[in-house]
Amino acid sequence: MKRAITIILAVCMVIMMLSGCGGGASGNVIKIGVYEPSSGDNGAGGKQEVLGIEYANTVLNTVEIDGKKYDLKLEIVDNESSNDKGPSAAAKLVSAKCSVVIGSYGSSVSIAASDVFKNAGIPVIGASCTNPQVTAGNTHYFRICYLDPFQGTVLANFAVDEFNAKKAYILTKLGDDYSAGLGNYFKEAFQKLGGTVVEETFQEGNSDFTAYLTTAVNEKVDVIFAPTSTEAASLIIGQAISQGVNIPFLAGDTWDSSVILDAAKGSDKKIFVSTFFDEGDDSALGSKFVRDFKKWLNDNPEKLKNNGGNDIVAAVSALGYDAYMVAVEAIKAAGSPDPKKINEALWDVKYTGVTGDIAFDEIGDAIRNVAYIKSVNTSDGSWNFVAIQSVK
Amino acid sequence: MEFINTNLPYILAGISVGGQYALISIGYTMVYGILRLINFAHGDIFMVAGFAMVYLSATSPLYISIPFTIIITVLLGFVVERVAYKPLRSAPRMSIMISAIGVSYFLQNCAWYVTSGLAKQYPKIPWIGDSISIGSATTKIVTVITPILTFILVIALVLLIKYTKIGMAMRAMAKDFETSQLMGVKINSVISFTFIIGSFLAAIGSLLYFTNYTTVTPIAGAMPGLKAFVAAVFGGIGSIPGAVIGAFIIGICENIIKGLGWTTFSDAFTFALLIIILVAKPTGLFGEKSTDKV
Repeated sequence: MKRAITIILAVCMVIMMLSGCGGGASGNVIKIGVYEPSSGDNGAGGKQEVLGIEYANTVLNTVEIDGKKYDLKLEIVDNESSNDKGPSAAAKLVSAKCSVVIGSYGSSVSIAASDVFKNAGIPVIGASCTNPQVTAGNTHYFRICYLDPFQGTVLANFAVDEFNAKKAYILTKLGDDYSAGLGNYFKEAFQKLGGTVVEETFQEGNSDFTAYLTTAVNEKVDVIFAPTSTEAASLIIGQAISQGVNIPFLAGDTWDSSVILDAAKGSDKKIFVSTFFDEGDDSALGSKFVRDFKKWLNDNPEKLKNNGGNDIVAAVSALGYDAYMVAVEAIKAAGSPDPKKINEALWDVKYTGVTGDIAFDEIGDAIRNVAYIKSVNTSDGSWNFVAIQSVK
Repeated sequence: MEFINTNLPYILAGISVGGQYALISIGYTMVYGILRLINFAHGDIFMVAGFAMVYLSATSPLYISIPFTIIITVLLGFVVERVAYKPLRSAPRMSIMISAIGVSYFLQNCAWYVTSGLAKQYPKIPWIGDSISIGSATTKIVTVITPILTFILVIALVLLIKYTKIGMAMRAMAKDFETSQLMGVKINSVISFTFIIGSFLAAIGSLLYFTNYTTVTPIAGAMPGLKAFVAAVFGGIGSIPGAVIGAFIIGICENIIKGLGWTTFSDAFTFALLIIILVAKPTGLFGEKSTDKV
């Protein structure tokens, strides 16, 4: 009896494995891989990016090549925001035979999985990973957002222009390429503008920021620059409120999240973030995207929950949408679901997305020259548009 | 005076964190004292208490949500013991420890699922969440309340262990598990009671901790749990006063290290301290010498 059950189970397993293999390269489907975190430190942001991609997939889910219609199917994996789990998630996309991959939120995991995609010859389009190392020195990684050297410089310029800042406190997370990188570029730009900086780092899992804030106050700095994940951010803001720290906060694109709004609501904190996209964008494309995307969120309770339970459009959702559209453009230009041809076609793709014009330079980075600066409206918990900042 | 003014916030933060670690570490030390089990799920029970409060307070006022949070946490501690540890009572100690690690990850992943990974804001509890100024430092009232409340709870616990029947049973079981069983101590109810006390203190600890650090995440229990465990070992695992004093030492030292500007090393320091103590005094500050039972 026992043996019979064992045999039946074994047979079931073999059948399942075989059917799993069979699904990969079926005729009229082109798979677009989504390599994003939906758990871990960057889970919240990753989910919002995936939402943008999923929404884009509902808008456009077929493509025509040589008169033959292909369905576009998303293959979504969770890289758990973790450098050691990322590569195996990436391998899953490779074995699912994706033609092109989008991802990831978080530069570290993007870099961690880069070689897996490279060896498989699959091109990747980064939506919001801003660290230069993601695309540097390879030909398969592209990205549609601006880079950290640019973002750091923009924020340093903003600190000097807006607050006349002379001294800045920089708080970054140890071992986080995004955080450390952006902190460093801010420092360089800020020092070039004649300022001085105080730098400190915190570790994974740290939740007590009172000591850091006390140091910032004791050093009498003009601004606090904290490019961190949203989880650390809401702790920092909460403790700044209870300690009565009145120094303005500056941060990069990660802070553009409803988590920050919840944390700062009802306080008197001054928080400024640089980002890729502003919900109040009144261009035709931007406002249509915001309107339709909100409707889509509100129609799907599950999606609304992934967005943090509200319908505020995060910039990463807009980037996810654009990344998907760029991927589709590349498939069309390549005229084939073959990853190698898509990779070649990507270099020449030009596309006008909701976050602006997208074209790639010789490294594979989008050519961008402006960033949006937003601030938290603490009375009603929403974003106020401040300025479009460029670098001189 | 200038020195005190600039360093007061660090010390206040240290005392407050120390008190919160103390409340968690009692749970570790009591369970270890009786079962010789390191209950790795304890930090996650602390985290669940945080989420319970977040969700309950969204629908009901504080005078309902606070007692219910405590009840849910206590129930969870009780259920975890009954489901994951009790069936393994006669199994090797390693199996029950693996079971504890399993429970820990199970709770964390449930929290990921329920919250979809987004950090939640802890509700503001009136009065203890208000800011006050002490000298040059601004902090929350909870910072001052924590050490006082910890002290009161620990005294109550020590009295309970010393003078009640169940306390006596607990002491007997810590001394010799099998013999006390032979003498008619109802081990299952005593063990459940131990878990109930541990979870109750973890719930109080989470109320205080999250009022201070207002963000609850599924991994919010991991680091405080680990530090509290270190505190329990540091003070001599099995000893309640030891756990409390260990927790305060770790909380204060950690913040002073941060105040000195060595922020990168604050965690390294905590764990280095653990190694040094274990090398110098393997039973911890207040640990009993282990007697070999022949």
